[in-house]
Amino acid sequence: MTEYIAKRLLQALLVLAVMTVLVFFGVNVIGNPVYIFASSECDQPCLDKIITDLGLDRPIWEQYWVFVGNLLQGDLGNSFTHGVPAMSLIWERLPATLELAVCALVIALAVGLPLGVAAGLRPTHWTSRIIMGFSMLAFSVPVFWIGLIMIIVFSVTLGWMPAVGRGDTVEILGVDLSLFTLDGLHHLAMPAFTLSLIMMAMVIRLTRAGMREVLFSDYIRFARANGIRESRILSLHVMRNILIPIVTVLGMEFGGVIAFAVVVESIFSWPGVGKMLIDAIAVLDRPLIVAYLIFVVIMFVALNLLTDILYSVLDPRVRLGGAR
Amino acid sequence: MSAPVVLEVENLNTSFLLPSGEVKALRDVSFQLRRGEILGLVGESGSGKSITGLSINGLLSPPGRVMSGSIRLHGEEITGLPHAAMRRLRGAKIAMVFQDPMMTLNPVLRIGVQMGDALRAHLRISERECRARSVAALEEVGIPAPEDRLNAFPHQLSGGMRQRVAVAIALLHRPDLVIMDEPTTALDVTIQGQILALVQKLCRERGTALIWITHDLAVVAGLAERILVMYAGRIVEDGAIDDVLDTPAHPYTSGLIDSVPSRAQRGQRLRQIPGRMPALTDLPEGCAFRPRCGFATEACAAPQALRALGGLGGRHVRCCHPLIPVPS
Amino acid sequence: MSGAMAHAAPPPGVWRAFLRSPAAVAALAVFSAFCVVAVIGPWIAPQNPYDLAQVDIMDSLLPPGSESWTGMPYYLGTDGQGRDMLSAMIYGIRISLLVGLASGIIALAVGTIVGLVAAYRGGWVDTVLMRIVDLQLSFPTILVALILLVILGRGVDKIIFALVVVQWAYFARTVRGVALVESAREYVDAARGLRLGALRILFGHILPNCLPTMLVVATMQMAAAISLEATLSFLGLGLPPTRPSLGLLIANGFDYLQSGRYWISVLPGLVLLAIIVSANVLGDRLRDTLNPHL
Ligand SMILES: Nc1ncnc2c1ncn2[C@@H]1O[C@H](COP(=O)(O)OP(=O)(O)O)[C@@H](O)[C@H]1O
Ligand SMILES: [Mg+2]
Repeated sequence: MTEYIAKRLLQALLVLAVMTVLVFFGVNVIGNPVYIFASSECDQPCLDKIITDLGLDRPIWEQYWVFVGNLLQGDLGNSFTHGVPAMSLIWERLPATLELAVCALVIALAVGLPLGVAAGLRPTHWTSRIIMGFSMLAFSVPVFWIGLIMIIVFSVTLGWMPAVGRGDTVEILGVDLSLFTLDGLHHLAMPAFTLSLIMMAMVIRLTRAGMREVLFSDYIRFARANGIRESRILSLHVMRNILIPIVTVLGMEFGGVIAFAVVVESIFSWPGVGKMLIDAIAVLDRPLIVAYLIFVVIMFVALNLLTDILYSVLDPRVRLGGAR
Repeated sequence: MSAPVVLEVENLNTSFLLPSGEVKALRDVSFQLRRGEILGLVGESGSGKSITGLSINGLLSPPGRVMSGSIRLHGEEITGLPHAAMRRLRGAKIAMVFQDPMMTLNPVLRIGVQMGDALRAHLRISERECRARSVAALEEVGIPAPEDRLNAFPHQLSGGMRQRVAVAIALLHRPDLVIMDEPTTALDVTIQGQILALVQKLCRERGTALIWITHDLAVVAGLAERILVMYAGRIVEDGAIDDVLDTPAHPYTSGLIDSVPSRAQRGQRLRQIPGRMPALTDLPEGCAFRPRCGFATEACAAPQALRALGGLGGRHVRCCHPLIPVPS
Repeated sequence: MSGAMAHAAPPPGVWRAFLRSPAAVAALAVFSAFCVVAVIGPWIAPQNPYDLAQVDIMDSLLPPGSESWTGMPYYLGTDGQGRDMLSAMIYGIRISLLVGLASGIIALAVGTIVGLVAAYRGGWVDTVLMRIVDLQLSFPTILVALILLVILGRGVDKIIFALVVVQWAYFARTVRGVALVESAREYVDAARGLRLGALRILFGHILPNCLPTMLVVATMQMAAAISLEATLSFLGLGLPPTRPSLGLLIANGFDYLQSGRYWISVLPGLVLLAIIVSANVLGDRLRDTLNPHL
C-alpha cells in the first residue's frame, strides 16, 4: 500500500514538473513574458526594468529555475489591479469556488445515483428512456446555455431565484460560506445545479452501466439465493461495486468541475476563482492569470493523486495487491 | 426408500419470452427428491440444468418465466408464491451454489460481512452470535483459521477455499434442499474431489436433499444415488445411478457415457456425440435427439412419452426404441 | 488487395439500419440544413451584419417581427448594435461550423497519423506516444483550451489550434486501438507477404478499416468542439468580436437578458442547441449501426 502510494506520488510529481515546463515555455516562448507580467500602461523604461527583474536577459534554463524557485515559495507575483500577491487573491476566492463545486458534486450524486439505479433496474421501461435522454442532453448541451435558460426562466420570468452573487455568508472555521444561510442557499441553488449537470449525466451513465453488469453477476444471484433482502442487496452488495468506478471518475472529473466553474461563475457572477480569472483576462491582469493557471494545474494533479489513493482504498483488489 | 419427500416437481415448463420468439428452456420436467437423497442432474451444456435449479428457487431473471407446472416443497406449492415468501424460503429451506468460485462471492465485501448478511436474512441475532456461527460454519467446511478468514476478501482465498466458503454460506441455515450448479467444474481435480467428499458428508449427516448439477458423468458416478439425464429441456432418462450407468436405456445417455474419459478404452479416441443440440425456439414434436441419433427411425418423429422401465430404481426413459427391453 | 477493399466497404444494410431510427433521420436533416445554410449563408442573409454601412444603430434592440425605417423586415429582431439577428445568426452558424469542422479535420489527421504510427511501430514509440495521449486526456478539455487561449489570445486560427490540441488525443487513441486489432488480422499478413511497403499497408489496408470508428468519433468530437468553442467565445476567450460565432452572439445578448430582451441570446442559443444535439444523435446512431467497439 505505501509502495503504491509512493509510486503514485512520484508519478504526480513528474506530471507536475512536465506541466510547469509547459506553462513556463508557453509563457516564455509562445507568448512574450514581458507582456504577461507588465500592465498595459507600462512604457519602455518600465519594460526594461521588468526584463532585468524577471531575469529575461539570462539563459532560459536559469530562468526556469528561478521560476520554479519562486513557485516553490508560493510566489507568483503581484496582481496589477489589486496590488496584492496573486496567490493570496486565489486563496481568498477559493472557498466560494470549492463550495460551489462540492455542492454540485453532492447534487450530481444525490440525483444521478437514484436515476441511474432506476434506469439500470428497468432498462427498457419508458422512464429509463427519459432518464437516458436527459443524461444525453445534460452531457452535450453547453453549460453556459443551461445557465442562461435557468436565469431566463427562474430569475427574469418567474422571479423566484436571484441571478447574481453569493448572498449572505456566515463564517465557519474561518471560511465564509453561503451554504448555511437561507439567502446564501437561495443564491447557491441555481449555479450549483447548473454546474452539477455534466457530472450528473456521468453518474447516471456509470450507475446504469454498473447496474447492468453487477445485477447479473453470479455473486448477486448467490446473495439472492441466500435470501438476503433486495433492499440490502441493492444498497450494499450492488452499490459497493458500482461506487468504485463512480468515485474514481468523479474524483478525476472534479478538476474539470473546477474548470467549468469558470463558466458558471461568470454567468451567475459567483465571486470565486473562475470569475476572478475572467475579470483578470478582461483587464489583462497577467500575473493573476498565470497564478490561476499554475494553481489549477497543481490542484488537478493533486486531485488525480487523491483519486487514485481513494480508489485503492475502496477496491480491496487493488489495495491488497491481488489480481483484478 | 420410505424417507419423506422433500421436493416434487411436476410438468414444469419454463420459457424465455424473447422478441424473436419463445425459447422453451424446460418442457414437462418432473421428478421427486426424498430427504437425504442425492440426485445427479446431467446433460450437455444448454440442456436446461441451471434453469431447472433457478426455476425451483425462484431466481429466474426476466424474460425467463415458469409457464406452467408445479413445484412443491414438503407438499406445499411454491410456484407463484409472493416475493417476500419466496425470499424467506431461499437460503433457509432451499440453498443454491453456483459454478464459478471466482464470481460466487462478492469481490468487494469481506467474507464475514457476506456470511453475516446471509445469517441475518433469516435470523435476528447479535453481532457476537453472528460471528460465532460464521466461524463454526467455516470450521465445518474445513477452512483453517476461520477467525482470520472472516476479515479476508474473496480474492485473498484460493478457488477451492472460496467454493468452501460458498458451501458454508449455503448450508448456514441447514436447508432441506441444496442445489449445486456445477460447483466444481472450474476447480482442479484434487480440489474437486475434496469438495465433493465434503458436500456428500455434510448432506448425509444432516439429511439434506441434494441436487448436484454437472455435465460430467464421472463426477456424479461416485456421488449420487439417482441420476436425471436432460436433453434440450426435457428429461430423457432417470433411474438409480448404477443401473443407468451400467445399462443406459436412451441413446443419448449411452453417448454421454462413451464420451467420459475414464470409461473409454486406453489409446482409443473419445467418442463425442456428433452434431449439436438444436435451438430451443421451434423444436418439432418428437425426440429432439433424433438428428444426432444413430438409431433414429420414422417413429421418433412422433411425440415421446416418458415410459417406465422395470427394476427397483423406478427407471424411466423417453425413447421409442430404448437400448434395453421395456416390460410391456 | 480486392479482399482488403471488400473489408473496407461498410457492411451492407448499414444505411438502411441507420434510417430506421426517426430521431437519427431528423437529426441528419437538421444537421444537413445547417450545413447548407453555412455554405450559402452570404447569399441568403438579408444583410451583411458586419458591413457597418448596412447596419443602422437606430434600429437596435428591436423585437422579432419589427421593420427598419426603410421597411426591411427584421424577422428575428435586432441586437444592441442594430444588426439583423437572422443575418447575424446565419454568419454565426457559418463560423461555428467552420471552426468545428476545421479543427475536427486537422485533429483527425494528426490523431490518425500518431495512432497509426504508434500501432504500426509499436515498442518504445508506441509507449511514448500513448503516455502523451494519456497525459493529455487526463486533463479536462476546457482547462487545456482555457490555458492555451489565455497564452495565445483571441483569433480564428488560435481557437482552431486550441481545439486541435484538445481533440487529437481522442483520435490517436481510437485509431491506435482499431489499427492494432486490424493489423492482427490475417489479411494484413497476407499483404505483408506480398511485400507491399509499410505505407501501402498502413494507408491501403489498415486505415480504410479504421474509417467507420473514426467517423463516429469525429461526429461526436465535432459536436464537442462546437460546444467548447461556443463556451470559450461566450467567456470572451475564443473568437474576436469581428467574427462572432453563435457563442459570442449569445454572450452579447446576455447583457440584455435582465431587461427582458430575450431574443438576442435565446435565438442563437436554440440554433447552437440544435446543431449540438443533432450531431450527438447522429454520432450515437452511427455508433449503434456501424457498431465499432467504443
Ligand atoms: N437469458 C436467457 N435468454 C434466453 N434463453 C436462455 C437464457 N438463459 C438460458 N436460456 C436457454 O435455456 C437453455 C438452458 O440453459 P441452462 O439451463 O443454463 O443450460 P445448462 O444445462 O448448461 O445449465 C439454453 O440453451 C438457452 O437456450
Ligand atoms: Mg449451467
